[in-house]
Amino acid sequence: MKEILSGNEAIARGAFEAGVKVASAYPGTPSTEILETIVNYKEIDASWAPNEKVALEVAIGASFGGGRAIVCMKHVGVNVAADPLFTLSYTGIGGGLVLVTADDPEMHSSQNEQDNRNYAKFAKVPMLEPSDSRECKEFTRLAFELSERFDTPVMLRTTTRISHSKSIVTLDEPVTGLPAPKLVKNAAKLVMLPGNARVRHPLVEERTAALAEYGCSAPFNRIEMRDAGIGVITAGVSYQYVREVLPNASVLKLGMIHPLPMQMIREFAAQVDQLYVVEELDPFIEDQVRAAGLQVLGKEIIPLCGELTPGRLRKAFGIPAAVQATVEKLPGRPPNMCPGCPHRGVFYSLNQLKAYVTGDIGCYTLGFMPPLNAMDTCVCMGASISTASGIVRVLGDDEKKKVVAVIGDSTFLHTGINSLMEMAYNQSPATVVILDNRITAMTGRQDNPASGWTLMDEPTPPVDLMQLCRAIGIRHVQVVDPFDLDQTRKALAEEMNRPEPSVIITNRPCVLVKREGVFQKGLALSVDQDHCSGCKACLKLGCPAIEWQPAPDGGKGKAYIDPLLCNGCDVCRQLCKFGAIGGGK
Amino acid sequence: MSDTITNILLVGVGGQGILLASEILSEAFMLAGYDVKKSEIHGMSQRGGSVVSHVRYGREVFSPIVPEGEGDILFGFEILETYRSLPLLRKGGTVVANDLRIQPPSVLLGQEPYPEGLAEKIRAQFPDFLLVDGQKLASEAGNPRAANTVLLGAVSRRLDIAEEYWLKALEKMVPARALEINLTAFRLGRNL
Repeated sequence: MKEILSGNEAIARGAFEAGVKVASAYPGTPSTEILETIVNYKEIDASWAPNEKVALEVAIGASFGGGRAIVCMKHVGVNVAADPLFTLSYTGIGGGLVLVTADDPEMHSSQNEQDNRNYAKFAKVPMLEPSDSRECKEFTRLAFELSERFDTPVMLRTTTRISHSKSIVTLDEPVTGLPAPKLVKNAAKLVMLPGNARVRHPLVEERTAALAEYGCSAPFNRIEMRDAGIGVITAGVSYQYVREVLPNASVLKLGMIHPLPMQMIREFAAQVDQLYVVEELDPFIEDQVRAAGLQVLGKEIIPLCGELTPGRLRKAFGIPAAVQATVEKLPGRPPNMCPGCPHRGVFYSLNQLKAYVTGDIGCYTLGFMPPLNAMDTCVCMGASISTASGIVRVLGDDEKKKVVAVIGDSTFLHTGINSLMEMAYNQSPATVVILDNRITAMTGRQDNPASGWTLMDEPTPPVDLMQLCRAIGIRHVQVVDPFDLDQTRKALAEEMNRPEPSVIITNRPCVLVKREGVFQKGLALSVDQDHCSGCKACLKLGCPAIEWQPAPDGGKGKAYIDPLLCNGCDVCRQLCKFGAIGGGK
Repeated sequence: MSDTITNILLVGVGGQGILLASEILSEAFMLAGYDVKKSEIHGMSQRGGSVVSHVRYGREVFSPIVPEGEGDILFGFEILETYRSLPLLRKGGTVVANDLRIQPPSVLLGQEPYPEGLAEKIRAQFPDFLLVDGQKLASEAGNPRAANTVLLGAVSRRLDIAEEYWLKALEKMVPARALEINLTAFRLGRNL
């Protein structure tokens, strides 16, 4: 049976066919759909974890118990999970364990474009890299076999173009006859104290050497000889671009990119006139090939930054590009918060109060854009609070008051709690706003520990954010309705002026929450054209439902609310000094 | 089956249903026995931002994205996004676009006007251009929200895929309660 699957869906299918028992993840583009697909296989215990470190540790537990486990995350998630990963390399596994890292060259939806192939070398674990959906499924199955055969976690690396591209996959039956999970005591292997770890490290080095040797004869690394003039070593989606742009070139197609099959690479190099490495981002393969004493061209012509495309590869090899039509300069169309988004009124108020906003990762990062212009820093998950805590320590009293950290509910639970603990512990006088919209919105509305539901759609006790903040040691915690601009602004002004740490929690859900009864759409508002003075105050919200209509005769224009887009949040009505906006409720 | 690859680009605004349309196209190509690849970016690019979906089919497809300037058909869901994407199309390529304007943020804010005369500008560079009033025809079919399917029907006419595969793909991808209206919308588009 054939189906068109995305790379992520194919990895999920591969996990099912491999007999995976436990799947854990924190959502992150471009990895999110792996777990969202896995949850449809009822044989697998699939769950969201609060962050990637916890997700990996859940998978480690399942593996130590003898079950096969998969854990999935975006590239920056591996930074969070790096601590257990490096020691897991020493302990090895029980049931097979596969860590999927979905990298994002070009930063389509990320804050950096780190190349996680470096993690495989750094943590000394093998890494497979599929080049289409068929390989996503096959390599996932293979990764579990290698994991158990070599007693190692295996990393499977995708990129956005692999995770989110679709191609045809043939489905197979799941494996049978895997050993039943059970408790096995083996402290020398699983308790990583210095005495035990010193014994394990040499085994790790031996394992890498054995994997490199295995890779020289394994079918996932293959030489495709064509014209011997040009020989290209490549992997992942770059392989597809090489086949597209250089159809006659000989290719060494790597399926395992750590450890490298150096003997095979030498044989290939000897058969071609000019050796190239074509890879996105870092010269990961190239540096190792060069260190082996081979003459090779790579980053001299292939860009270090961004993703490859057929056009960029053509340019690198001096092949003329197709003639393209030209168009005049056009209005851009950046993403925007939805109509009725509960974040909008908060950012409007922060802008009005001239706050210095340390931001975080989520839809609300869009609060930096005009006309809201209300975010000043954004580094990584959870950093808003700790950055605010640090920045107030170097500022004078007048500027300290301006510092407000803004973080979403899911991001707060991910890595914000420790930051808030630091702020309370050291009594940093900054204000924190937790934008509690009951969902992990940016990645596509996933449940989280505060939403009250699991990935498998079962009810569960939700985290009480207010009690949590109080328990951490924040004495001033208040809940505000972000659709009430007066209340929101007063609460912000009050807490910003308070010379001690404080938290404001907003209580309106994301307009996109699918679960019934969470988000209730209001009636659309409308502009009374006779009363609209054309002052544009409502436009300062940047709401996609509010439109400026220039007057046809060149006179003063008016605002208009698109009733099909308006979710009835009522925030714009509160801004109209002329009472021209009505309806709603 | 020749070695030629056919390249289709679907462009519009996040939330317009572009991904579903590209899924239906891909399904029809697979059913017709071709290799298919499709690619687009999720995440930040949605939330009302510009969206481009690449669909390629042929005997064997390598790159999941259409090489720049090699698109055969530009399937536009919105007129500004259609015009913006013309550089993706090969010389002499085909444009099928919905006659719909969705205002970008700077236009909503009154900072700049929505560009005028885009249809004429598209036709000047790409004479093989069909502008469709998708909402009107979809309303005739029974629901203005089936505009994408009208457009899909118009695109299908320009591709060498038997009608049975289109119908099978629609049956598989469209929810049963909306199928009848979508089949009608598809036929209206296919006759354009």
